[in-house]
Amino acid sequence: MPGPGSLASRVTTRSVLVWSAVSLAGAVAWGVLALSRGERISAIWLVVAALGSYAIGYRFYSRFIARRVLKVDDGRATPAERLDDGVDFQPTDRRVLLGHHFAAIAGAGPLVGPVLAAQMGYLPGTVWIIVGVIFAGAVQDMVVLFLSMRRDGKSLGQMVRDEIGVVGGVAALVGVFVIMVILLAVLALVVVNALAKSPWGTFSIAMTIPIALFMGFYLRTIRPGRVMETTVIGVSLMLLAIVGGGWVQESALAGAFTLSPETLVICLVVYGFLASVLPVWMLLTPRDYLSTFMKVGTIGLLAIGVLVVAPTMKTEAVTKFAGSGDGPVFAGSLFPFVFITIACGALSGFHALISSGTTPKLIQKESQVRLIGYGAMLMESFVAIMALIAACVLDPGLYYAMNAPAGLLGATPDSAAAAVTHLGFTITPDDLRSAASAVDENSVVARTGGAPTLALGMSEILSGVIGGSALKAFWYHFAIMFEALFILTTVDAGTRVGRFMLQDALGNVWKPIGRVGWKPGLWGTSAVVVLAWGYFLYVGVTDPLGGINQLFPLFGIANQLLAAIALTLATTLLIKSGRLRWAWVTGIPLAWDAAVTLTASWQKIFADDPKIGFFAQRDKFSAAIDAGKVLPPAKNLDDMHTIVLNSTVDGVLAALFAILVLLVIGNGAVVSWRAIRARSPLPTAEAPYTPSTIVAPAGLFTTPAERRELAAAGAGPSEEAEPLAS
Amino acid sequence: MTGMPSEWLRHVVRFVRWYLREITGDAAYERHVARHPGHAPTRREYERHRTAHRDQNPEGRCC
Repeated sequence: MPGPGSLASRVTTRSVLVWSAVSLAGAVAWGVLALSRGERISAIWLVVAALGSYAIGYRFYSRFIARRVLKVDDGRATPAERLDDGVDFQPTDRRVLLGHHFAAIAGAGPLVGPVLAAQMGYLPGTVWIIVGVIFAGAVQDMVVLFLSMRRDGKSLGQMVRDEIGVVGGVAALVGVFVIMVILLAVLALVVVNALAKSPWGTFSIAMTIPIALFMGFYLRTIRPGRVMETTVIGVSLMLLAIVGGGWVQESALAGAFTLSPETLVICLVVYGFLASVLPVWMLLTPRDYLSTFMKVGTIGLLAIGVLVVAPTMKTEAVTKFAGSGDGPVFAGSLFPFVFITIACGALSGFHALISSGTTPKLIQKESQVRLIGYGAMLMESFVAIMALIAACVLDPGLYYAMNAPAGLLGATPDSAAAAVTHLGFTITPDDLRSAASAVDENSVVARTGGAPTLALGMSEILSGVIGGSALKAFWYHFAIMFEALFILTTVDAGTRVGRFMLQDALGNVWKPIGRVGWKPGLWGTSAVVVLAWGYFLYVGVTDPLGGINQLFPLFGIANQLLAAIALTLATTLLIKSGRLRWAWVTGIPLAWDAAVTLTASWQKIFADDPKIGFFAQRDKFSAAIDAGKVLPPAKNLDDMHTIVLNSTVDGVLAALFAILVLLVIGNGAVVSWRAIRARSPLPTAEAPYTPSTIVAPAGLFTTPAERRELAAAGAGPSEEAEPLAS
Repeated sequence: MTGMPSEWLRHVVRFVRWYLREITGDAAYERHVARHPGHAPTRREYERHRTAHRDQNPEGRCC
């Protein structure tokens, strides 16, 4: 049967009962979250509210989008089927592709953002993560995946150019590149902050390089293609490296691995350059295997930990910083800054690049965009919820002592405890010392960036399951290690992608640079990309105002503006293809996202409060320089000049992002208006219809109807492929 | 459920093995051989070719 027959289902009593129960459980959990004030609630309520909402969003809203809005057609061959070459295009089992897609979209973002947003309390973050993913983030991922799939897997930039116009296309391309640079810098900054002055962490992470090299040679020369075997060896070595870090910390070698942030920046830049010019089999591919394995394993472990321990939330539901806007972790009030700080996990523009990358070329059936696009994003959202829980089980005093900028806290437990008391929370210097020694770190004061906080929260939760306080230090460094590992994988891969983008763009101007085999071009463009993010990383490390405090909002704005580009494309295409009545599905998320990001950009550029506005900050400090004064947290005139320079660069960048996105939105609006006025739908670059011969299930599990279809097609499921069949 | 619990368990183990081989790419070579019967490269050649392709087609990783 052609058409979305596999999506058709009858309403049965059983299904009504099941979904009523799911709704009820979700509603009760939301009720507990909404009504508990001043009392501590269990983290389980967050988990139930999230899972219940996801289930309903997936079952009803994503199905509505697939059937009514996108009109997925399983009678139509996907590019994987039509263009199957066994390399770039090949029909891939939906569950395998779900795994690949999830590994590509989920990284440190959903772990770091919620930790920082915990400054406003757990409730704003939870609501945004759950509501945002159901109505915006997962919708964006699914719709972009569908649009790219209908266009033979074209990239986001290419689609904007084809469907909206050259102005929008060029703006999108430049936007993607600049946004990527900021993203890499901020992620690298998280790693630097986690490893600085920590010989244990630095040693473990440094060891991943020889381990990856070994894995690379093993896979290349000894056992070609045996990835599973190699990964098992690699992961064992890596666990050994974490344990070894503990010994190094106690030994005479500790000094060699105690690095200042500035030294770490140089190490990362050199490493990033090498990783992007060396053949992928040496470093990048094996690290990717390690990081994917660790990612899935650790996230699973955390989920089990949360469910078993059922920790109690120590953070307030909504803190005073939500309204006042003068929180120490990042400045600005709840609207718009919670929605900027939490990007990955709720709505992340970067996913549009993955959804228009490899995934659309591998998808078997059109109906599977629902599982892979919408489903994978729900999974990422759940990771964000768990990160939020891990941050909120920590004592608030400890949270602020770790996350406020060093300029505010000072260097010692005593100064930090005083500063935290000044913020209105309590912690004693001894508490801070014992928190640090419990995880074998020298200090936990001003360990900004989210990773150390998350690691501490995770060690708190996981040590409750396995090992007790004896293993706390191990779990802490385990968490640091895996975060750093997959951030570095993102940095490696991102640098390479950036280099190819740059080569491609410059190749239009001067041919040789575009040739991927031409070494000087390759080295030159790699160096440009590495130095670009390296500059912002260095700025982040040395900024007297606190790098995360300054740069994280920029990163969030960049990511969300990319989402605005993707949603503009989606909305314009819905209108162009004659689906104006459904344009709200991506139009409302676009309006919300544009309102949030442009408000945030506006405040970052024009706000009078020097804590928020980059140019107000610049004016304040340059006026002080003219008057010959040094304003805290700057310690001398050099610091003052650094602040003035950084504020100017950040402000100009925020303005540039906003202008690029306004160009794309404006261009999209013009095209949409033309489409509305036209008598018939405007032509789009959709690939022509070809009938499909593949029969495959749509969702995670095969339905009885699909089983009959498979049997009729003679493509009965092989045993290993369908073991969970009931 | 398909019969006995032990049978079901065997199915699960099979599925996990199948899934891991697919997702890691361990099974890619066999699929290639099945696709090009008669003139398939050796595993070593095939894997080199695959890595070389990956070298020129970087995949992004998100945050």
